[in-house]
Amino acid sequence: MSTKPLRKSPGFFHEIARHPGLYAMFVPVALYFLVFAYVPMTGVVVAFKDFNYQGGIWGSPWNGWDNFRYFFESGKLVQVTINTLLYNTLFLAAYLFFSVVVAILVAEMVNKLAKKIFQTMLFLPYFISWVTVSALVYNLFNYEYGLTNTILKAFGAAPVDIYADANLWPVLLPFFYVWKWVGFGSVLFLAAIAGLDRECYEAASIDGANIFYRIWRITLPQLKPTIIILLLLGVGRIMRGEFDMFYQLIGTNGNLMDATDIIDTLVFRSLVSTQDFGMSSAAGLYQSVLCFIIILAVNGFVRRQDKSQALF
Amino acid sequence: MKKSSDVAAVNLIAWVVVGLFAVLATAPFLILIINSLSSEHSIINHGYQLWPSEFSLDAYGMVFQNPQRILNVYTVTILVTGIGTVVSLLLSSMAAYVLARREVRYRNALAFFLYFTQLFNGGLVTYYLLISRDLHLSNTLWVLILVPMFSVMNILIMRNYMANSIPEAIIESARIDGMGDIGIFFRVVLPLSSPVLASIGLFTALGYWNDWWTPMMFIQKQELQPLQYTLYQMLASVTYTAQMVGNMPTLNLPKESLKLAMTVVATGPIILVYPFLQKYFVQGITIGSVKG
Repeated sequence: MSTKPLRKSPGFFHEIARHPGLYAMFVPVALYFLVFAYVPMTGVVVAFKDFNYQGGIWGSPWNGWDNFRYFFESGKLVQVTINTLLYNTLFLAAYLFFSVVVAILVAEMVNKLAKKIFQTMLFLPYFISWVTVSALVYNLFNYEYGLTNTILKAFGAAPVDIYADANLWPVLLPFFYVWKWVGFGSVLFLAAIAGLDRECYEAASIDGANIFYRIWRITLPQLKPTIIILLLLGVGRIMRGEFDMFYQLIGTNGNLMDATDIIDTLVFRSLVSTQDFGMSSAAGLYQSVLCFIIILAVNGFVRRQDKSQALF
Repeated sequence: MKKSSDVAAVNLIAWVVVGLFAVLATAPFLILIINSLSSEHSIINHGYQLWPSEFSLDAYGMVFQNPQRILNVYTVTILVTGIGTVVSLLLSSMAAYVLARREVRYRNALAFFLYFTQLFNGGLVTYYLLISRDLHLSNTLWVLILVPMFSVMNILIMRNYMANSIPEAIIESARIDGMGDIGIFFRVVLPLSSPVLASIGLFTALGYWNDWWTPMMFIQKQELQPLQYTLYQMLASVTYTAQMVGNMPTLNLPKESLKLAMTVVATGPIILVYPFLQKYFVQGITIGSVKG
C-alpha cells in the first residue's frame, strides 16, 4: 500500500485516510461509549442542582453545594465511605489470601481426578447471580424456616435472627464474597503456578528441602508479582463496592442498613426508592472523583516501581 | 515417585481444606434442590431441612401451571443473551483489532478513550435519564441488549491476545496477497483468535444471562422481563408470588417451596451446563492474566 517516504506528521485526517477500513471498524464501539459514557458525563452538573422532572438536568435550578452539604451533614458520607472502604479491604484481603492458599493446595494435590472435581465444584458459585445467592442465603438464615435455625432448634438451642443482627454481617459478607470468588481467584493463581520453573523445585528437593519449605521459599515469592498486581487493581477500585452482593443479600433491610450501606447502594436507593436525586448524584460524583484520584495515585506509584505494569 | 511424609501431609491438608471449600461451594445448591421437593406443609412446620420430612412436587406444579410465563421469561433471556453476545463479540473484536495494529497511529489514544470511561462516569441519575427519557429505550428489548454490551476490560484482553498471539508474518503475507484490512480481519485474524473469542464470548454471555440490574432500572412491562429479574421479584415480594400463580386463593399455596422451585428452574440450566464450559472460562482467565 502507500509507503510514503519519510515525512513529518501527516496530520489527523491523513492518518484516517490511510487506514479507512481500520478506523471504520472502531466506529461502532466508539459511538457506543460516546453516547453511553461520555454524553452522561456532561450531566454531572446535576449534583449541583435541585433536580425536578419538568426541568430535567438543564432546566432545574442550581443549588450550589447543598446536595453535598446534606450528604455530609446527614452523616451518610462518613458512614458509607467507611463501610465501602472497610468492606472492600476485607474482601480484597480475604479473596487474595484464600485464592492463594487454595491454588497452592490444589497444585500440590496428587490425585488428578480429585483436583479436577474440586476445581469444578469450587467454580460453581462464580456462575450464579447474586439473586440466586440471596435465595440460598435466605434458605440458610431465615428466622422461621432457615436451615441454620432448623438445626439449632433440633439441638435445643434458640433460633437466631441473623437478618436482624448487624454485628454478624461484617463477618458473613466477606465469607460470601470469598465463597463466590475463590473459584475464579484460585484459577488465576493456578495459572501462575503452572508457569513456574520445575527445576528449582527439584534442586531444592535434592538438597533436602521439605515441601513446606519449597512452598514458602519458592512458590510464594514467585506469586508475589501476581498478588501485587491484583492488590493494586483492587486498591484502585477500593471505592467501588460489590453492588450486586450488597443489594441482593441486604436489600432494604432496615436493621442492617447502617452497618452495611455502601456508596453504591446509597446512590442506587436514593434514585430508585426515595427519589432523592440530590443525594444520589452528590454521592455518585463524590465516588467518581475519589476513584479517579485513587487510580491516578496508584498508577503513579506503580509507574515508579515498574513502568510496564502501569495501566497507563 | 517416592512419596515422603511431608508431601503426604500437604496432600492430606489439601484434601481437607480444598474439600471443605468444595463442599461449602456446592452444598447450598443441594440443599436448595432437596428442599424444593419438600411439601409446603413440611417447610412451615419444620423449616428447611437436610432431608425433608415430606416430599411433594406441588411447588413445581405451581411454577409450570402457567408455562407461558416461564417460556416467555426464558425466551427473552435467551434472545437477549444470544443477540447481545454475538453483536458484542463482533464489534468488540473489531475494535480490539484496530487497537492491536501497530500501523494505527492513534491506537493508544483510542485505548485511553475507552479506558477513561472506567475511571470516571457521569452518575446514575444522568445515565438513567439519558436512557429512559432521551433515548426512549425503556421497556424495549434493545435496552437489555445495549446496556451490558461492552466491557472495556474485555476489549483490552482481546487486543492483547491479537497483538501478542497473531504473528505479524501471517498478516503481512495476507496483505501481499492483496487483502484489505477488513478482509484480513475476517479471514485471518478472527479465525486465529478463536480461543479468546470463545472465552470472552462466554464471559459476555454469562453477564447477559445474570443481568438483573438493567431490567430493574428500565423494564416495567412483564413480557420483557428476563430470568434473574423475575426470580428477584419473586423472592423480594410476596404479592408478586401470588400474581405469578394466577391469584388463586388456595389455602395450601406453596409460597416458600414455590420460591425454591422457581430458583431451581432459574438456576438449573446453568448448573447443568457450566461444567462443560469451565475449560473456556479457565482459558479466558489465563489469557487475561497475561498482561501485555
